[in-house]
Amino acid sequence: MLFDLSFIWAGIIAFAVLTYVVLDGFDLGVGILFPFATSERDRATMMNSIAPVWDGNETWLVLGGGGLFAVFPLAYAVIMPALYMPITLMLLALVFRGVAFEYRWRTTRWRGVWDSAFFGGSVVAATMQGIALGALVQGVEIEGRAYAGGWWDWLTLFSVLTGLAVLTGYALLGATWLNMKTEGELQCQMRGYARWLGAGTLAAIGLVSLLTPFQDPEYFRRWFNLPGSLFSLLVPGLVALCSYALFQGLKGSRDAQPFLAALGLFVLSFIGIGISFYPFIVPPGLTIAEAAAPDESLMFTLVGAVVLVPLILGYTAYAYWVFRGKINPEEGYH
Amino acid sequence: MFDGLTAETLARMQFAFTVSFHIIFPAFSIGLASYLAVLNAQWLRTRDETYYTLFEYWKKIFAVAFGMGVVSGIVMSYQFGTNWSVFSDKTGPVLGPLMAYEVLSAFFLEAGFLGIMLFGRARVGDRLHMFATAMVAFGTLMSATWILSVNSWMQTPAGYSINEVGQFVPEDWWQIVFNPSFPYRLVHMVLAAFLTTALVVGGVGALHLLRDKTDAAARRMFSMAMWMLVVVAPLQIFAGDMHGLNTLEHQPAKVMAMEGHYDSHPEGAPLILFGLPNAETKSIDYAIEIPKLSSLILKHDLNTPLAGLDTIPDEDEPPVAILFWSFRVMVCLGFAMAGLGLWSLWGRLRGQLYDSRWLHRASIAMGPMGFVAVLAGWITTEVGRQPFTVYGLLRTSDSLAPVSAPAVAASLTAFVIVYFFIFGAGTFYILRMMNKAPATRNLGLRDGPVRAAGITPAQQVDRDITDDPTPQGN
Repeated sequence: MLFDLSFIWAGIIAFAVLTYVVLDGFDLGVGILFPFATSERDRATMMNSIAPVWDGNETWLVLGGGGLFAVFPLAYAVIMPALYMPITLMLLALVFRGVAFEYRWRTTRWRGVWDSAFFGGSVVAATMQGIALGALVQGVEIEGRAYAGGWWDWLTLFSVLTGLAVLTGYALLGATWLNMKTEGELQCQMRGYARWLGAGTLAAIGLVSLLTPFQDPEYFRRWFNLPGSLFSLLVPGLVALCSYALFQGLKGSRDAQPFLAALGLFVLSFIGIGISFYPFIVPPGLTIAEAAAPDESLMFTLVGAVVLVPLILGYTAYAYWVFRGKINPEEGYH
Repeated sequence: MFDGLTAETLARMQFAFTVSFHIIFPAFSIGLASYLAVLNAQWLRTRDETYYTLFEYWKKIFAVAFGMGVVSGIVMSYQFGTNWSVFSDKTGPVLGPLMAYEVLSAFFLEAGFLGIMLFGRARVGDRLHMFATAMVAFGTLMSATWILSVNSWMQTPAGYSINEVGQFVPEDWWQIVFNPSFPYRLVHMVLAAFLTTALVVGGVGALHLLRDKTDAAARRMFSMAMWMLVVVAPLQIFAGDMHGLNTLEHQPAKVMAMEGHYDSHPEGAPLILFGLPNAETKSIDYAIEIPKLSSLILKHDLNTPLAGLDTIPDEDEPPVAILFWSFRVMVCLGFAMAGLGLWSLWGRLRGQLYDSRWLHRASIAMGPMGFVAVLAGWITTEVGRQPFTVYGLLRTSDSLAPVSAPAVAASLTAFVIVYFFIFGAGTFYILRMMNKAPATRNLGLRDGPVRAAGITPAQQVDRDITDDPTPQGN
């Protein structure tokens, strides 16, 4: 079972989605916090902190979609129509924010328009991703090999809550990222936001965790039976540890610590969702094995993934290394 | 706005609209990325400032075009699932891995090194910066390779079998990737991208030559672009012909529609230059034709019989009128490009390359024509694939997701509004950047404080691009 190709691929897709969430999470977060900057100089600093890396971050989303199409085509064919509207809105939002990176420097008259596009696009994309997550947790109605639910099934109180949870969580990632990358007043401002957003994120994680078992009793059983119960025992402790590291770091001068702690919260939440889902890829009816493409497809793609994913992680890390350190707003001015 | 249209028609309109917008940007950025790599390499080799000026000039334009390509491309990668989920389920095992390879081997490469290429020269030094520039160019070509393999497989499927639930499953990856039309299509498209870029660069160079024919950067880019045309345009005509013969072999109905051959010609088929395809009477009205020439071109013999659409069941025919015209637009533009190349060669030999104002005006007029030709070509091949998504095996009507017409109509409306707004603005900014002369930079700048992560060169270098004379930033 552990060496089953579809299981390995479920792990790779999960890794791609998690990587997307933490990487694009912080740069969407910077967009969410954008209107709270008090000066053009701060706005420029915020945007420049992610300008060299955002495109690579967003590529993980394409890998998530493309990977699903390649190795779990049935899941892709069911999820996309089920989430038609949130996915479409997310795509349109990403169009707005993606072009803002270039456009805002090309005009002064319309700079406000593109700043709004950057903020609005980030907010809508983050919220829609959270709504999509909530809609999946609720379960998707399938008949035969196609989505059989209605057009508005994705919109419930629960999915709106997960949408707001992701929005808050991304804003926390953005605030802790900026705390790490900036200095002076902007850093102080972001540090203050990070405290509130940290509290908000923890509250959201708690609330969603409480409500999740009510979406499907099956989730409840998985959490309280092996191997899930092991994780259930660990989770509260680990969340507490991350929270401590987050707030402790916001007090002190260790600027990377809050960001890493916030990432930790995301990783823990993500593993929790994974445990709830397993062995399903689209709850409640479609398992990982059922949705998988034939082994020939999985194997052919796996060869590429095994060679290329480490390479990608390598040069992505290098790009981050090149642009490491605090951003100096004075650099480049004459 | 979309009353009375079926979900299938709307989904097809949405795909046509989003893919047409999308292809414009890759067609330009594939060629431009390679051009930037050449400019950068030339600058490092010769230390000729003109190359550096050109690199910086086109780099900024590339950044905007590439950004538009990225965001419109993400839309494409999800649209297969939202509107064509049955197609996704059935072809996923074969096409999905190719697209996954595109992401893994191309998109990450482009995105990962783009930041270093745009912002990192001062931080990593010239050599690594050159490497990053080369990687971006290589990434664009890899991307073209995989996605054209996908499209070619849809046109000429090979190396598959069909399983018990009706999915295409892989039998032989080599045959899938290198399916019969792939090599021809890949060469045809990459050459098209290079031509498109050459025409744009040539047009911009010509514009600045008309204003100041002593501008060294304008002269250099115009000369480089014209050499590109001289070499590539004839190659493209040859490659296009080969591609057409390959299409005749595998998708005869597509070629019949392109040629306007409603009827079979047992004595040798004429080449119909122009006319009006009439779907009612199944004939070409007012046709101007050259007898036997079509047989000569397609079969290299005047009297070889050619079958027409009368041999194809009506329900398997592509729409003739669209193909007939889009094909002619593409071919005419191809010859016009070759003509412009010859004209520039003649001007060059007479020493008039930088003085012939009519040549410059013609180059400006031809500047956007690469895009028109690329779109016409894609319309030809994609509409010619109809009524199938996987040629001869999976009908378009059987590929659709369980979507309702109002939902597709709503999203189509949103895409149309957003795309015109966003890409209209982007095109305006690019044109405004092109309208600026590639001013030679202050040579003292490069040794002074240069932007590292954090300050977009836009503020440093583009102060003059904005529509407002006041200094920006602080």
